[in-house]
Amino acid sequence: MDEKTQVPVVQPTTETPAKPAAESPIRARVVDLGFFYGEKQALKGLNFVVHDCQVTALIGPSGCGKSTLLRAFNRMHDLYPGNRYQGEIILYPEKINVVSPDVDPMLVRLKIGMVFQKPNPFPKSIYENVAAGLWVRGIRKRSIVDERVELALRQAALWDEVKDRLRTSAYGLSGGQQQRLCIARALAPEPEMLLLDEPTSALDPIATSRIEELIAELAPMVTVVIVTHNMQQAARVSDHTAFMYLGELIEFDITSKIFTTPSDRRTQDYITGRFG
Amino acid sequence: MMNEHTAKAFDVDLQELARLVAEMGGLAEKQVADAVGALARRDAERARRVLEIDASVDALQHEIEEKAVLTIARRQPMAVDLREIVSALRIANDLERIGDLAKNIAKRVALTGDFRPQKLIRGVEHMAAMVLGQLKKVLDSYGGRDLVKAMMVWKGDEEIDALCTSLFRELITYMMEDPRNITFCIHLMFTAKNIERMGDHATNIAETVYFMIEGHPIADERPKGDTTTIAGIEELRSPSG
Amino acid sequence: MSTEVSKSSVEGIDEQRLVQKANRQDLRFAVTGFLVLVVAMAALLALVADFMIDGVPRISVDFLTNFPSRRPDQAGILSAWVGTVLVMLTTAALAVPIGMAAGVYLEEYAPKNWMTDIIEINVTNLAGVPSIIYGLLALGLFVQTLRLGQTILVAGMTLALLILPIIIVATREALRSIPLEIREAAYGLGADKWQVVRMYLLPAARPGILTGAIVGMSRAIGETAPIITIGALTFIAFLPPAPLQPEPPFINFEWLNSPFTVLPIQMFNWISRPQAGFHVAAAAAGVILLLLTLLMNGLAIYIRYKIRRGQK
Repeated sequence: MDEKTQVPVVQPTTETPAKPAAESPIRARVVDLGFFYGEKQALKGLNFVVHDCQVTALIGPSGCGKSTLLRAFNRMHDLYPGNRYQGEIILYPEKINVVSPDVDPMLVRLKIGMVFQKPNPFPKSIYENVAAGLWVRGIRKRSIVDERVELALRQAALWDEVKDRLRTSAYGLSGGQQQRLCIARALAPEPEMLLLDEPTSALDPIATSRIEELIAELAPMVTVVIVTHNMQQAARVSDHTAFMYLGELIEFDITSKIFTTPSDRRTQDYITGRFG
Repeated sequence: MMNEHTAKAFDVDLQELARLVAEMGGLAEKQVADAVGALARRDAERARRVLEIDASVDALQHEIEEKAVLTIARRQPMAVDLREIVSALRIANDLERIGDLAKNIAKRVALTGDFRPQKLIRGVEHMAAMVLGQLKKVLDSYGGRDLVKAMMVWKGDEEIDALCTSLFRELITYMMEDPRNITFCIHLMFTAKNIERMGDHATNIAETVYFMIEGHPIADERPKGDTTTIAGIEELRSPSG
Repeated sequence: MSTEVSKSSVEGIDEQRLVQKANRQDLRFAVTGFLVLVVAMAALLALVADFMIDGVPRISVDFLTNFPSRRPDQAGILSAWVGTVLVMLTTAALAVPIGMAAGVYLEEYAPKNWMTDIIEINVTNLAGVPSIIYGLLALGLFVQTLRLGQTILVAGMTLALLILPIIIVATREALRSIPLEIREAAYGLGADKWQVVRMYLLPAARPGILTGAIVGMSRAIGETAPIITIGALTFIAFLPPAPLQPEPPFINFEWLNSPFTVLPIQMFNWISRPQAGFHVAAAAAGVILLLLTLLMNGLAIYIRYKIRRGQK
């Protein structure tokens, strides 16, 4: 009856229905996680959960420890001397502590895959790149490998572009294609979790958009944890977001809340560009 | 006090938006005061001024819209910044409607004729003063990000609505007493209704200010004291003496 | 309609002068460098040309198929070049796999502690040890203590020891130069260390390792001192037993146990003789040695080129 002024509402495009973010089962639980580069403490007292088949984003200013945290998930730090973990990252359903010294890093990496910031395909053919993860696991039967290579390339939205040149060098692809190839390579062995370390920071806007689209398509199938310094990207692709600062977890919540009404002042300062 | 943005120009943009809204608010207040004053004293000059100001008010609204859209495109605002910009848009809308309602009132000045009992006018003036007070307070609450003031405005609408209802009853009584009153009373009724709607817009602005500060809309139902749509029906059915 | 920036006062002139000065400097440097190069190359070419003028006419099919003789015009290098080829084969067969394995171990498997550091320092130092020391070592250890005799095998072992440090260092450098991202990607897939080394690191390191092998072999082919020390004979009028044979298992390794000679020794021997004819023969042998070296390098470079192309 009374004239209510309205800001014009834009109808959302038909997309996959929003999942009730907080209710899905938990794939990993981080408990009091700490990490030391030698004597220097890079992470302290982190506690949060990673929901199954959803996208969790880690954001924060440079040096906050988000990449350090991501690499703890697949024990990348073990490749270099002098690093030390504290606390636990418990992976379900196996209920193993991924950062425990009793757990072999190789076992962890067989379950958790990673895509890096700069596309890093092997200096081999496209086929060999995607098949790498399968060969490493002893899966050699030609028909099976062929099938899974094709599936992975389709999931990475790359199949149509490369199906006629699977045996050509991976270096012949563009930057965005190479990154999608790396995603296919990580997907082929069907990992339980996929870690993306700033996957689009080396790519142009169009390639970035395609990979974000890809992440949205992947999410129902595999659990994704993504580190990004692009806040809009985190807001676009993730279901949950963790804001980190100086090695600590400041706030962890569903993405819509973090980016509209964050609880912590520091979170708000960061996402509105008032930091530093 | 919030930190400044790393991009200083962003702060400047937001401040400019707030200033434009404040300017628009000032003009709207003037319109309301002038319109009611013109009607009460049958001041054609003052009524004309209301119409002049309205052009500036409309121009300001367009300016605010443009600036808001440009700021959104440029800065990708998040959280509180985004709410501020969206709020500026909504408040500008409400202020523009208030201006139109004042214009409506001003237009009636020429039509009222000579018969203007003071008693009736005083009621409308009283209501107008209250609404003007609400408007001032809500614009203050926007400028000072004052949640308490906004809530006071939000609750105060009930009183204005009740006033409007009682005014309607009074006017109906007058009209029934003396048919010569009817023309003027009808104009007064419309004026009262317009003023009551201005009060609603002020309450809208209060809700917007709440949303801007708190991040979520007010949960409660707005208290309603306005029964003007059904007022007077009983009197018609059973005429009183 | 906007106007263009008008000419500013003094700035432009200095820039011009700077550019001219730089160009002059570049030219001076280029000319100097070229002259130095010409001088160096001229010296080298003069040396090579000198002994090629002496030696090339002497080369003939007879020269290549005759055994050494007391008469200069009948002397040939058959036993010498066959010996050189066989010793080179042995050296390569020993040095490259062992060198690669050691390099891989030191770079990928060895824990990064003080012990490994000491090993590393020692390996690099060994590259500078005079080759005659290797000869003495081989004489004492292989020839006398192990009683292996003065054979092609021992020569191969000695030279392999000599060039081992070169190959180890080349392997390590090649592995080190593989970008970190490739390693992380390989480990990230869940590969164990051996899979990472075998499937990704070694293939990527192959060009570098091959370069190291080329450098090592080029050094080995010309080494005379250690071979003399272990007692390569200088007047060999017979060939080692042939590696291929008609009866199964079709390959035999008896030639490893055979006495032998190599081209540098043959050359040294001829030069020491008074007759001028032998000197000419020595020059001719030198040409053949040079040719063999170039052939060996050429083959290795070609292989490296093919590998690099395959990786592009």
